[in-house]
Amino acid sequence: MSINKKIVDDFVANDVSFITTVPCKQLAGVIDEVEARPEIFHIPSNKEDEGMGLCAGAYMGGKRPAIIMQNTAIGVTINTLATLIQYYRMPLPMLISYRGELREPVACQVEMAVHTKALLNQLNIPTYHFHKESDADELDAILKYTFMCNKPVAILTDASFWGGYGDQ
Amino acid sequence: MIRSEILRDIAPILHDQLVVCNIGLPSQELHMIDDNAKNFYMLGTMGLSSSIGLGLALAQDKTVISIDGDGSVLTNLGTLPTIANNVADNYILLIIDNGSYGSTGDQPTYAGKKTKLENVATACGCENVVVCQDVDTGKVLQTAIDSKKMTIIVCKCDSGNIKLPVITKDPVVIRDRFMTAVAS
Repeated sequence: MSINKKIVDDFVANDVSFITTVPCKQLAGVIDEVEARPEIFHIPSNKEDEGMGLCAGAYMGGKRPAIIMQNTAIGVTINTLATLIQYYRMPLPMLISYRGELREPVACQVEMAVHTKALLNQLNIPTYHFHKESDADELDAILKYTFMCNKPVAILTDASFWGGYGDQ
Repeated sequence: MIRSEILRDIAPILHDQLVVCNIGLPSQELHMIDDNAKNFYMLGTMGLSSSIGLGLALAQDKTVISIDGDGSVLTNLGTLPTIANNVADNYILLIIDNGSYGSTGDQPTYAGKKTKLENVATACGCENVVVCQDVDTGKVLQTAIDSKKMTIIVCKCDSGNIKLPVITKDPVVIRDRFMTAVAS
């Protein structure tokens, strides 16, 4: 089974039915899989804080939401995480491509990578880091944990997890 | 009319609907005029009223009205293409366009100058964009509800504020009673 299918299977098995995405090269396969699944309403957003607003609304409407985004988005969404998702105690799994880690070809991506875990830690956001493909075995438990505690939870997925950047 | 006068005018219409209300004075005014479980007050996060309302409308069948401001829509301008391309016929975006950032002291917005949000919404692909004057808001809003078509209303009015207290309700209480009302 492809890792993209396994990830989306876990979302579906945990009744996640509303997913917003902002693209990333690493996440392209999983976003395609989200789009292909009839169980999931896929709504691309233009910016990640907008996406979190959509997720907040969907949650209050009775759906389990998730957001798929790059780690640079942590810089965009700190206010939304603190004053909407955390303040109103809403669950939000965040599947995040951890750009700027080992095998990264774009130097500027490193500039947010070095802040990513520090910012998540400062926000007291439970954070999991997928480095090897087998790390994704925990995704099911992470999703259950997220909807148990009503918190945003970060799942960082680095280039090694996705098998590198191909021929870049 | 200023925003608080419009909200007082349309409160009987809003009363039976799910309402997501913009941060700051709009929420404080609605809270004072007609606090009820079907109102979701934003206590922070400027710009996301339209996004929260759209997500809510897409997730369930009841009519949802997002009350937004011209300044807040400008803050989250990417919301309009998302709304246009994800049509929810139970969704109404009511933009109270007074050409100013009311909650921070009535500084002028670009919507009060050259930028016309109704044109922006149309250019983004929104299909039912209605411009109205403050006194006609209730009539236009009721028509939009009855039409069962996603509608963007741009309500032109005067800038100005009234003095009133901040909302001290706990956010989790606001959210929980709202979710109970949504599910009922």
